[in-house]
Formats: sequence, C-alpha cells, structure tokens
Amino acid sequence: MNRDEIFSKVRDVLVDALGVDEDEVTPTARLTTDLGAESIDFLDITFKLEQAFGIKIPQGELFPDNAASNPQYVQDGKVTAAGIAEMKKKLPHVDFSAFEKDSRLSEIGNLFTVDVLVRYVERKLAG
Amino acid sequence: MRWMWIDRIIELTPRTRMVAIKNVSLAEEHLHDHFAADTATGAAALPVMPACFIIEGMAQTAGILVGHTGGFKEKVVLAKVNKAELARDASPGCTLRYTASLDRFDETGAATSGLVELMSPSHQADWSPIGRIDLMFSHLDRNLAGAEFPKHNFVFSESFRTLLRTSGLSAEF
Repeated sequence: MNRDEIFSKVRDVLVDALGVDEDEVTPTARLTTDLGAESIDFLDITFKLEQAFGIKIPQGELFPDNAASNPQYVQDGKVTAAGIAEMKKKLPHVDFSAFEKDSRLSEIGNLFTVDVLVRYVERKLAG
Repeated sequence: MRWMWIDRIIELTPRTRMVAIKNVSLAEEHLHDHFAADTATGAAALPVMPACFIIEGMAQTAGILVGHTGGFKEKVVLAKVNKAELARDASPGCTLRYTASLDRFDETGAATSGLVELMSPSHQADWSPIGRIDLMFSHLDRNLAGAEFPKHNFVFSESFRTLLRTSGLSAEF
C-alpha cells in the first residue's frame, strides 16, 4: 500500500470518527486543534485504524499512554527533558521539534497531525 | 437506584454479544410528556419512547456485555455515541430488542455495534429492524488523564445485579 492509499484510508477513519469533512483532513491538520478530537476520540481512532488496516495497535504505541501521572516526566504542567526523551523513544513517528520549544502538557495533542498517523501506519505495515 | 432501560437479558454469548428487551408501557410517566397534547394547536398526545432512552437501553445492554467480558472488575462508562440511527418510533405496547455485539475490547475500553428491533402488536408480532447504535466505552480507572475514582465498582451496582439475577445469569462478582 503506497502513501496516498494510506492517507486516503486514514482520512476515511477521521471523517468517520470525528464527523469532519474530507477536505478538512489535510496532512498538516492537527487532530485536536484543527479537527476537534477529544481524548476519547484517540481511542476511537486507534480502534478504527486497526479495523481499516488489519493491524494491532498496543496501548502507548501510537499515542502516549498515561505519562502525565509520572512526576519524573511532568513538572509544573510541562513535560521534562526526560519525559520528552522517553516519548521520542516510544513514538518514533512523531516530530517533537516544536514541542521541545513549548512542552506544556496542553500541547501534547498538537503533536498529532494527520501526517503522523500516516507515518505510523506506514511504519507498521512495513513491519 | 439506577434508572434501568432494559427489562430482561434474553441472550448472552460471552465476549461476543448480548441481547436484551424493553417493554414500552404507558405506565411510564415520561411518555405522558413526550409528547403531550397541545391545546393551543389541537394536536393530540403522541406518546413515544424518547430516542435518548433507546440509546441508553443499548448502552446498558452493551455496557453489561463489556463489563461481563472484563469479569465486572472495570468501571465501564459510555464514552462516545459513534452512530445512532432510528427510523421508527416505539409506542406503548411495543417491545424493543437490543442486540449488542462486541467489536473491540482491551484494557482501555471497548467498541460495540448494536441493532435495535421493534415488535409492534399492530405488525403481527414480528421483529422489525428500526435502527443501529454503535458505542464506545471507557474503563474509567485507565483514563489517559490519570484521574482517580472511588475503589468500589459503582457502575455495576445492585440494580444491574438484580437484572442479571432475574434474567437467569450469575450476579456473583
């Protein structure tokens, strides 16, 4: 499956899960800020990607798991350098360059764009 | 006391599907307001079961299936209505049948798909499909925000145990 085909299926998943229009789902669209995803939608998107691509997505592999409760990784509402290093290790499909400048917890949602999902699926299908 | 929107579980295939029924009765007070006669326009009363309660009936059916799958250890809460389409009204004297199927289950939650059918006395007692309701459930103690809740399982309380017992299922958990 090539990148365009993956993008097309990811777009269908997001249209279904978030009730957005197809043309809103651009590669740079952020799931939370631009497409209105809330926390439960991340679980829904995970389930739907599994169905669409016939893959199994373990908790914490596509989106970060419960990192906020670990005081080593979060201090004063910001993700620490150790936390960012840990997330980079666990989430190699995510680009952290902007987040490293503004690591407020509230910015975690903005790490996830449509393109991040496409990259994740691409890596997953490549095995 | 929980407001129950199913009367009896009639089938349980563990980890797969659950079927429950709800008899719609004119003794239910809310039907007298939904919809009441309108003296201003002269419109007659039209008692029909509110669609939100039909969704709740499916949520209770599917929620018990999800809870049963996890041995009733998790606090299962409705997290998202993915789809709810209902093509016909359910009026007093009708029976609703909810069939919930488990599509996905893991430590964080579950997804179900559901069929709603109606048996109306005016249609020779046959089940007719009237809609679909697909839902998502979250296991409350595994929420991503790390919020903490009371230890006891307040979701599967006495009302659900009674329903399980009167439906001939084990309520020991």
